[in-house]
Amino acid sequence: MMPLLTTKGLSRHFGGLRAVDGVDFALMPGEIRAIIGPNGAGKTTFVSLLSGRIRPSSGAILFDGADITDMPAYRRVRLGVAYTFQITSVFANLTAFDNVALPVQRTLTDGRSKGQVRSGVMAALERTGLADRAGTLAAHLSYGHQRLLEVAMGLALKPRLLILDEPTQGLADSEIDNFVVLVREIAKNATVLLIEHNMPVVMQLADRITVFNSGKILAEGTPEQIRANTEVQDAYLGATHG
Amino acid sequence: MRDASPAKIYALHVGVIALLFALNFVLPDYHQGLFARIMALAVFAMGYNLLFGYVGLLSLGHAMFFSAGLYGAGLTVYHLGWGVAEAFIAGIACGALLALVIGLLALRTSGVAFMIVTMMFAQVFYLLILYFAAWTGGDQGLVVQQAARTLNLDGAPLDLTNPTVRYMSALALFAVVLIATLAVVRSRFGRVLVAVRENEERTKMLGYDTVANKLAAVVLSGTICAASGAAYALLFGYIGSSFASVQYSILPLLWVLLGGAATTLGPLIGTLFMYYVTDITSGFTSAYLLIVGVALILLVLFAPKGILGSIRQRWLGWLP
Repeated sequence: MMPLLTTKGLSRHFGGLRAVDGVDFALMPGEIRAIIGPNGAGKTTFVSLLSGRIRPSSGAILFDGADITDMPAYRRVRLGVAYTFQITSVFANLTAFDNVALPVQRTLTDGRSKGQVRSGVMAALERTGLADRAGTLAAHLSYGHQRLLEVAMGLALKPRLLILDEPTQGLADSEIDNFVVLVREIAKNATVLLIEHNMPVVMQLADRITVFNSGKILAEGTPEQIRANTEVQDAYLGATHG
Repeated sequence: MRDASPAKIYALHVGVIALLFALNFVLPDYHQGLFARIMALAVFAMGYNLLFGYVGLLSLGHAMFFSAGLYGAGLTVYHLGWGVAEAFIAGIACGALLALVIGLLALRTSGVAFMIVTMMFAQVFYLLILYFAAWTGGDQGLVVQQAARTLNLDGAPLDLTNPTVRYMSALALFAVVLIATLAVVRSRFGRVLVAVRENEERTKMLGYDTVANKLAAVVLSGTICAASGAAYALLFGYIGSSFASVQYSILPLLWVLLGGAATTLGPLIGTLFMYYVTDITSGFTSAYLLIVGVALILLVLFAPKGILGSIRQRWLGWLP
């Protein structure tokens, strides 16, 4: 099977800092992949390169066989690469409805979905449990609901690849359980790449895990393999082994 | 746009137009003339509001779009003897073309740099008008003769210098632009413009080419302002370089801030308010600008979102 997304020697340097350093990475269609690693390992920079928010210093990115290295972010979104932000960045002064209407009308304009804006918006809000808050300003939603709104916006883009940057940060335990169910649901139609610090969530969700350290891939494998990998334990899980 | 029922919103806007229509028959002559002027200039404010209020782009050069319309219409009548309708279209076309060129250049910047760049281009435009005084009349301006300001509709001449015809012409333009802006801000395009204002980076990550959307907004805004300028030249018969000066870039900003940025009816209310405060106070004292200044300061202190913006915030959340 051909990978949905491939990177070849992908690098991004900030001055002397090699935030992402020659990464070769492949993601299979339909999988849920988690990226873990200590702070400053280059995880967010890496997914920002994939989404097009920042440009690589060198290397190439292929999506569905096409080279998208030099493609602006908005055009990658139209191809089906959606990105949800680490720091919640919903449109605070717009209603939840209008927040989701923006991605819905995008897919309608691109011909990637059919129907009315309203029905598309309500479907996305219902999937994330926000339907009864459609008319609320995003700024007036609780933090957990704002994170869910962020996910609803990602979903409404009908992504083929959904990149979630620390989606459970700041969520209550009960909200995290719902979130795990939601991601499984999303993964039926899309490939999911998530950066996550919450290890129970990673172990429950991920088909495979990629471990970053100092801008490079340190290890990659199933949750069991990663759990058993002593190098990873040294770099990241730290104290758990003697 | 909370709980917005389209019927209610359109009823309100049609109601305002109907009220302005009725006022033609009750206003004394002096105020009828003033209202015609206010409606023509409110179109300028609405064009400015589209860019400033909805997209969040603060331009300090919109006088050039207004005067592109003013001179585009006025000079074709004055020098080429064009009819009123052709001249009006020429004025609008000049403004649209200028807005496209200025937009392509100025949108390479944002924030304070955008303000400076637009202001700079407007100054160039102003100086060009003075430089080509042989055609433009320079700082003296030109008076478009009464005889040239007649609209021929299938042999039925409409004299634009007649107070009622002038009032109705200004109202017709105002009504078209008001309904058009309302339709734009309620459309998908309008939603994207607001998203750009709120968070441009995020809007890009939802698949929108924000630069293309901003350019479309600059052209639309410039075209509306040019329509206002063209109408002004044809209805009031005077074209002068003062309309291209920096003062006329700042006035629409003040009108919009007063009335309420990003409200469809705010530009009318702001223009009306400013005109009447100036008009009334200048009857009492020569220091009327001081009173205008005090009024502005009070408004900024107690209603920073403008008259209609504050009303929307407190009571009428559904106002577009």
